[in-house]
Amino acid sequence: MSRIIASAAIRGAHKVIQQAEDMLERAITERDEGFTFEFPDTAYYLPMIYGMTGFAVKTLGDMRVALGMAKELLHPEPEEHLWKPYLGEALDSGMATLFAEEVIMALRYINGLEPAVDPETGYIYNGFITDTVQRNLGIQLVDGTMPGFAAVIGAAPDGDTAVRIIRELQEKNILIFLSGHVNGNSVTKQLLRKGIELGWDTRIVPVGPDTEHTIYPLNWSVRASFIFGGRKGGDFKGHLKYTKDRVFAFALVLGELDDLKWSTGAGAINMGYPAVCDTDVPVIHPTGVCTYEEVDKEFDHSKIVQKAIEVRGLKIIVEKPPIPVAYGPAFEGERIRKEDMFIEFGGTRTLSFEWVRMREMEEIEDGKVIIVGNNWQERYEQGGQMPLGIVVDVAGRKMQKDFESVIERKIHSNINEAQGVWHMGQRDINWMRISHNAKKEGFTLEHLGIINAVMTHNRFRAIVDKVQVTIYTDEADVLSLQEEARKVYRERDQRTAGLVDEAVDIFYSCLLCQSFAPTHVCVISPERLGLCGAFNWLDCKAAYEIDPTGGNQPIPKGELIDARYGRYTGIDEYLRKASGGAVETLNLYTIMQNPMTSCGCFECIIAIVPEANGVMIVQRGHTGMTPVGMKFSTLAGSVGGGTQNPGFMGIGRNFIVSKKFLYGDGGIKRIVWMTKNLKESLEEAFGKRAAEEGVPDLLDKVADETICEDSERLLEFLTSVGHPALEMEPLL
Amino acid sequence: MKKVIKTANEVSEQIIQWGESHEIDTCFDRAQRLKPCPIGASGACCKICHMGPCRFVGRNAEKEAKGVCGATLPTVASRNLLRMAVGGAAAHSDHARDMAFILLAVANGEAKDFKITDARKLYRVAEILGIEFGSGRSAKDVARDVALKFLEDFGRQKGEINYVKRAPKKTQERWKKWGIVPRGIDREITEAMHRTHMGVDHDPDNLLLGTLKVSLADGWGGSMISTDITDILFGTPRPVKAEASFGIFKEDEVNIVVHGHEPSLAEMIVDVVSEPEMIAYAKSKGAKRINLGGMCCTANEVLMRHGIPTAGGFTNQELAVMTGLIDVLTVDIQCIMPALVGLSRKFHTKVITTSYKAKIPGAIHIQYDEHRAKEIAREIVKIAIDNYPNRKAEGSHVSQKYPLIAGFSHEYIEYMQGGSWRASFRPLNDAIMAGRIRGVVGLAGCDNPRVPSQGIHRFLAIELIKADILIVTTGCGSHACGGAGYMTPEMALENAGPGLREVCEAIGIPPILHVGACVDNSRILTIATAMAEEGGLSDEIGGMPAVGIAPEWMSEKAIAIGCYFAASGVPVIFGGESPVGASEEVTRIMTEVWFERFKGALHFEPDPEKILALTLNYIDRAREALKLRKYEPGRFGIERVLMDMAARRELERAAKPHLGIY
Repeated sequence: MSRIIASAAIRGAHKVIQQAEDMLERAITERDEGFTFEFPDTAYYLPMIYGMTGFAVKTLGDMRVALGMAKELLHPEPEEHLWKPYLGEALDSGMATLFAEEVIMALRYINGLEPAVDPETGYIYNGFITDTVQRNLGIQLVDGTMPGFAAVIGAAPDGDTAVRIIRELQEKNILIFLSGHVNGNSVTKQLLRKGIELGWDTRIVPVGPDTEHTIYPLNWSVRASFIFGGRKGGDFKGHLKYTKDRVFAFALVLGELDDLKWSTGAGAINMGYPAVCDTDVPVIHPTGVCTYEEVDKEFDHSKIVQKAIEVRGLKIIVEKPPIPVAYGPAFEGERIRKEDMFIEFGGTRTLSFEWVRMREMEEIEDGKVIIVGNNWQERYEQGGQMPLGIVVDVAGRKMQKDFESVIERKIHSNINEAQGVWHMGQRDINWMRISHNAKKEGFTLEHLGIINAVMTHNRFRAIVDKVQVTIYTDEADVLSLQEEARKVYRERDQRTAGLVDEAVDIFYSCLLCQSFAPTHVCVISPERLGLCGAFNWLDCKAAYEIDPTGGNQPIPKGELIDARYGRYTGIDEYLRKASGGAVETLNLYTIMQNPMTSCGCFECIIAIVPEANGVMIVQRGHTGMTPVGMKFSTLAGSVGGGTQNPGFMGIGRNFIVSKKFLYGDGGIKRIVWMTKNLKESLEEAFGKRAAEEGVPDLLDKVADETICEDSERLLEFLTSVGHPALEMEPLL
Repeated sequence: MKKVIKTANEVSEQIIQWGESHEIDTCFDRAQRLKPCPIGASGACCKICHMGPCRFVGRNAEKEAKGVCGATLPTVASRNLLRMAVGGAAAHSDHARDMAFILLAVANGEAKDFKITDARKLYRVAEILGIEFGSGRSAKDVARDVALKFLEDFGRQKGEINYVKRAPKKTQERWKKWGIVPRGIDREITEAMHRTHMGVDHDPDNLLLGTLKVSLADGWGGSMISTDITDILFGTPRPVKAEASFGIFKEDEVNIVVHGHEPSLAEMIVDVVSEPEMIAYAKSKGAKRINLGGMCCTANEVLMRHGIPTAGGFTNQELAVMTGLIDVLTVDIQCIMPALVGLSRKFHTKVITTSYKAKIPGAIHIQYDEHRAKEIAREIVKIAIDNYPNRKAEGSHVSQKYPLIAGFSHEYIEYMQGGSWRASFRPLNDAIMAGRIRGVVGLAGCDNPRVPSQGIHRFLAIELIKADILIVTTGCGSHACGGAGYMTPEMALENAGPGLREVCEAIGIPPILHVGACVDNSRILTIATAMAEEGGLSDEIGGMPAVGIAPEWMSEKAIAIGCYFAASGVPVIFGGESPVGASEEVTRIMTEVWFERFKGALHFEPDPEKILALTLNYIDRAREALKLRKYEPGRFGIERVLMDMAARRELERAAKPHLGIY
């Protein structure tokens, strides 16, 4: 019964707090109270403690205060008979345990013990999960490709069962965190022994060997509420409501439970995350703290994943093409090294391209896959290299020429999501590999066709009525069709270049993030793509056709009120409604007045550098300091959550080289500092834009982290190179 | 001659029998001897003026009977009811006024023996009252403002009492629509006395609306004020383990009983009995220790906050004396039988009255004064110790007692459902929606020697929890359950229906929650409000699958309580014959008309089986109206809504609809 769980959770809390206190006192003796600590790349201190209490732990002394708060949450164990109520007390103990675990992990970092290393295999666990990971995953968290999170704790009865459970989670697109052990054995070790690729690329993230490490995914998930939900430290009700309603996490507890597992579980239940165990544990079915059951059990390992998904109230629709290998976004990040490769196509090794063509309905046969080439089967069986042209012909009553490129860009995911098949690039610079394992499972060229036929249907249901795929394998065919395709690519590019804000009547909103950032609205115009970089105007147009009530809605732009700053009557009218009055007006082309809001998963942040009369840009993942004296993670903390912050703005990378980039503020010439990464990746387009603005060598005049990371030296540099921003009209 | 069962409480029965064998007369015997006057009992007697008393009897009395002034039976029956409600409202509210004065004295530093024990509650109350707190304001300054603000409620002439705004909006709207928002407590009481004077209000519906109005001044006024101040001064209850029944008295210790309804002197006595000097003094007289026990609602106050054991409720008071073990029985106000004094003379027990408002000839009177509270408490305890050597062998000397868990304040009930971080009423609402809990019953009111006392409470308690109904209990309802051993967590495992058992097991609670004294029925009002605000059930108190029952009521306070629940939207069922039973019109208004207007009602039903059936019917009808799943024992569950991304985006749209342009 529940009392047993409560007793264990309360006992566990007492023990782990004692452990944390002992470790802390030792650390304070060795160092001192003022010794400072921060987890790598986070703006949220010890995130769980900060989220719940608003107390920013910065030093060892602060940790003592935090543990004091945890101790106030301790209660005596319920008695055998005539017990007093224990649920609230057990949940308090759970939270106390999370506080203590967070302090323990901080101390382990200080002592150089994190990320943990497996002594047998030398495997390095992930350790603390950074804010950047949260932001990188942003779009996947909201578009359904990563609908949930599983913390798998303990060890499966055997390696095969472990693999089966993990594969099922992967196929359901669930991000997996591994922690804890049962008598030294763990799912991490079981998977390592089976040679399974672990890490972010495969969505299997071992965070550490002990139960205490479970705090990492938990204090990572609470940051979704900070980053996307715009909630502040100490707003525990807000954070916990957010995690319960929007973060679809659950625990699979494999093997026996000890007090600490129960206590950590009680902590997770505070967040609305239930646990499903594979052992004969007491269950807690009444709902309300979690959306459904708090604790349940399922002995059948082939049903435990499905059970957990239902207990969490998660709906997962898996679209899997009929192919002999596993399929899903979890396999997208998988690499195929040369020695694992059976055959490859393109990548400058052979001729190759991929091309989506719009056809008339009667011209094609739905679902047909044609492979053209002499002896193609034999040549495939030999492995090695082969020319390859993939032509996807689509037809549909609502199909438009403009959607060709949108559908074509999905070929990358279509192919890459198959386990053992790898794809990169696009158009005529694509590159594919098929692994020995996939070949062994029976994967053939035909399956490449099937994948694209099925997935194009699935993804573009409302637009596409028929899909036919032709794969060319003879060099002559590939060459001639590639020429034809290149002509189309060029035409498309010209059309896109002509696609300017003035040329259309309708912009689009992107509300996809409202599942995570409920007050944010992206306004996407032809010359300004979404701040996540994942959605441009054409994508939105197609998405609206696919689902007219979905996350992308048309915004008739209305009258232009201010050409310089990009203010339109239609946008204002739309925003007032869509943001519930939170945002009154928006200027598309400036950072200074009523700029766009941000959800939290922006690719870059622009911030003004007043001393330099310009702006700086830093991309997600950059961990160094910037000339405004804040790192990306700190800057990001002040930008997200759906509020307008003049002087700060989240943007997509490619917006930097748009003609509308800060058009009202002076455009690209305002950029005084930009990371090397951005400079390199945008070099060509940047040069072109700079030339148009009459400063062809602008990129050389823009500082980066190798030149300076502070405003003083930035100013010296800008003066020495004669940066045009210094001569422009004052920004402020 | 058939033996008359006087009580369902076995321990009481033992004492009664012992008493009979010693020719000691109790309320049970007097109730047998003295039958109620059938005319007055059904509301058909008017003695408002000295032209009467007039009797409204005979065939078709409803239409034809007239008093000397021409008053009709419906007028008289409703007027009598209003007079009862006034008495009840006055009792609770006068008690509340005294509490407010104590708070004021504490704030002014004039009552040194008291302190602000629960500052958190003080600030919560201040927040509701719109009083500034925090930012450097001392707790005493806040407390002074709170006390003064509460005192305004008594003398206010216009406007509305402070706590009206605590009720759900829709409930308030109903009150406004029917003109029953109380203005000031004293004004409503005075006005009610006026309109029931000879020759003033004669419209039964109008008189009954007046009854609701004065009762609301009690529930959302006096009673709620008293509960909140008591929590501020003595702490908001949290679960405590305690004992009930007569076995709590110790043969070798000084036994003191605190009886009545006010907590402040009793709190002082709680402190004083553990003072080393006092214990030493008790030892000097041959006693091991000083044992404190409670009786009636004073018992509930100190039980809820300190786990002081309780001897029982209203009908148990004489029986406590008859154990022969009570050295001092100190009483404050309300529900104190004057028979105690005469009875105490047969034993060594000393009865001490402490309020100038409540004196009994023959009792020792020690006037209580909060300015020197501990001093008075010590005086009383000393009298008890001095009296210990006078204890005789005479007495029933029973030893049974039952364990119980008490201490379920609104705040703790909220906490227990999610802890410090997730406290809410979501789990309770969920459980009701899912059919784990069929509904909630407030089992309250007095116990009554006219029926086998405490028996209907026991019957209903068992039957209701079997039917998956969660019980919250107060006053003598809680004594009836406590003395039966029903308020233990094990009770849920052994007797509750399968759904209720699961909820009790998950939280670790008994199926019957002790929420306090009768004045603390106000906690049930705020709990129901919280349930309405949590969402998923009714958005007002009315319409909840909830019923109030006072199966053995006898006091005017009970009528006021029943009426404020009815006005707030809770159907209420009282046991016993109806005090308005003579008039069909009045009965109809109080059931059908009130239900239509307020979603509440006040029924009188002597048959326990029918009370049960009516209760279940109300609850199931409310479930149906709320479109909740039909209750089926052992079958429950919320329809599982599995969320995809589109559904998650919709989460916020309920509050802020997304408006596409096309």
